[in-house]
Amino acid sequence: MLRYSLKRILQSALTLFIVITVVFLLMRLMPEEGYFGTGSDKLDAAQKENILRSYGLRDPMYLQLKNFYSSLLKGDLGTSIIYRPKVPVSVILKGKVFYSLYLGLASIGVSLVLGIGLGILMSQYKGKLWDKLGTVYIVVINAVPAAVYYLFIQLYTTEWFKLPILFDVDKPVSWILPIVSMSLGSMAGYAMWMRRYMVDELNKDYIRLAKAKGLKNSAVMVRHVMRNAFVPMAQYLPTSILLTIAGSLYIEYLYSIPGMGGLLIDAIQRQDNPLVQALVLIYSAVSILGLFLGDLLMALCDPRIKLEHQGGSR
Amino acid sequence: MSTMLNKPNDGIDETLFTLAEYDARAAELGGYSNYSYWRSTWQVFLKNRTAFVLMIIILVLLIFTMIQPYLPNQKLPNEIYLDPATKMQLRNHPPDAEYWFGTNSIGQDLWARIWSGTRTSLYIGVVVGFLTAILGIIVGAIWGYVRRLERLFTEIYNVFDNIPTTVILVLLTYIMRPSLSTLIFAMCITGWLSVSRMIRNMIVIIRDQEYNLASRCLGTPTGRVITKNLLPYLVSVIMLRIALAIPIAIGSEVFLTYIGLGLPVDIPSLGNLINEGRLVMMSASLRYQLFFPAIVLSIITISFYVMGNAFGDAADPRNHV
Repeated sequence: MLRYSLKRILQSALTLFIVITVVFLLMRLMPEEGYFGTGSDKLDAAQKENILRSYGLRDPMYLQLKNFYSSLLKGDLGTSIIYRPKVPVSVILKGKVFYSLYLGLASIGVSLVLGIGLGILMSQYKGKLWDKLGTVYIVVINAVPAAVYYLFIQLYTTEWFKLPILFDVDKPVSWILPIVSMSLGSMAGYAMWMRRYMVDELNKDYIRLAKAKGLKNSAVMVRHVMRNAFVPMAQYLPTSILLTIAGSLYIEYLYSIPGMGGLLIDAIQRQDNPLVQALVLIYSAVSILGLFLGDLLMALCDPRIKLEHQGGSR
Repeated sequence: MSTMLNKPNDGIDETLFTLAEYDARAAELGGYSNYSYWRSTWQVFLKNRTAFVLMIIILVLLIFTMIQPYLPNQKLPNEIYLDPATKMQLRNHPPDAEYWFGTNSIGQDLWARIWSGTRTSLYIGVVVGFLTAILGIIVGAIWGYVRRLERLFTEIYNVFDNIPTTVILVLLTYIMRPSLSTLIFAMCITGWLSVSRMIRNMIVIIRDQEYNLASRCLGTPTGRVITKNLLPYLVSVIMLRIALAIPIAIGSEVFLTYIGLGLPVDIPSLGNLINEGRLVMMSASLRYQLFFPAIVLSIITISFYVMGNAFGDAADPRNHV
């Protein structure tokens, strides 16, 4: 376990290093207009050159990279140029991280609970109405682009249930729609997985034995099938985190949530290079961390490791 | 060859023999099976009614999309139409007999734009599907078959697999100027990884079966073993991947357009049209501008998704009778 974790940590660190370096180098290929801020047409060539020099963009590449890493290690993510001129990115982010974090965690929780519930429901009514409805839901969510169904959810649920159309921190009702929308994708994944697992498992010998002992169907489900099903569930968690991150880009923009996802889109549209760079780095780091934790969780949940523990305690 | 195999003249009168007509029942008595992989796949596929209906729909849609510009009385997708009475731009004209899907906020015909956009989106989808399949097959085949490279490739894969695709997609399209080739490039860069892993897993399963062992003992070169012994088994899986890559590519295009990195407005695409529809969706009378592209897009993506999965099931020999 320890060896596996160490190897996995090294792998993640290497990935992070490659991603950061590549992102930094690619960003240097961007057109330089992004560095002059508003009123760039009034500057002549010499002034532009001076600005670029002051940002250190005329230094040799290895020096730029070295400076970048040393400031990154000090927690300095750079300074915004256009979005909020001359304000450090970390200051801009400070007020925004929490919205994204809360929404993301809430939607992961919601999708886990609802997705597993739906999967169990579908496997219990296999081939009947619930199963068919669930299948339609899974197909639609998987096939139709998220941007499209998010739009329709915002358009119609706000009318039907009289929910606020935009996000407002002080109104808890306005949190419902963004969280639910963000959960839909991973929910479909969990439901699909859970259904398949339960259906496969129902034909196995230990279930038939449990039934032959005279256990009630619900008891078999709770004590045997579900306990086994939860263990490999961890496998899907990393993907779920990635889906949530991608979802947050749309959702925060759509509901005007002042989080990081909406900020990235703003920064892209205004071509604020340092801000885009910082946000892309943060998103990569978060996903790499998420994948790492998911894999670790899976290794922890592995039944063989559990067996070892039981053996030791006896 | 055939000229060398002249029948020896053994004095049998050829006219006494006639060719028997093929009879399936009689053939079965003799222990002969006319099992054909593709026919069985097709038969199993046909049993899935939903997938079959969707296939018909998508075929009709595809043919219509292709021939639409050549039909009579079609409007141009980028032409701005004027109101004949006022000589002003025909803005947000609701659907009627002249403009079947209405006009958009600057007076362009939505019907023509939707079919033009469908062509663009399908083009992106098909090109990305094929390119990722080709790249993925090459890498996956080498990764799965050449043992010496296996460890190296696995480590490289593990590192790259950690990079979130959304971030790559956003970054690449941000750095390169938005255009058709930018979109296709960015989607290919992110798409081939999963294909290659799937191909690799398939190849690892079948590479050590006896017939491959025999080929290796006979000294068949690696390249030929891969192309002749292994790849034919993967055809169905590859086709499934291409079918599923199309909805994914169309979805990515919508996503990139949505965050402002899509195609310019003068190249209609489904992503562009939905984005235009989104801008006016708050007034109920203009929602048709969102509905029509969204409906066409959903039909296409759902059809490809369901068909791809049904075909994947049908191509599995375990489902053949």
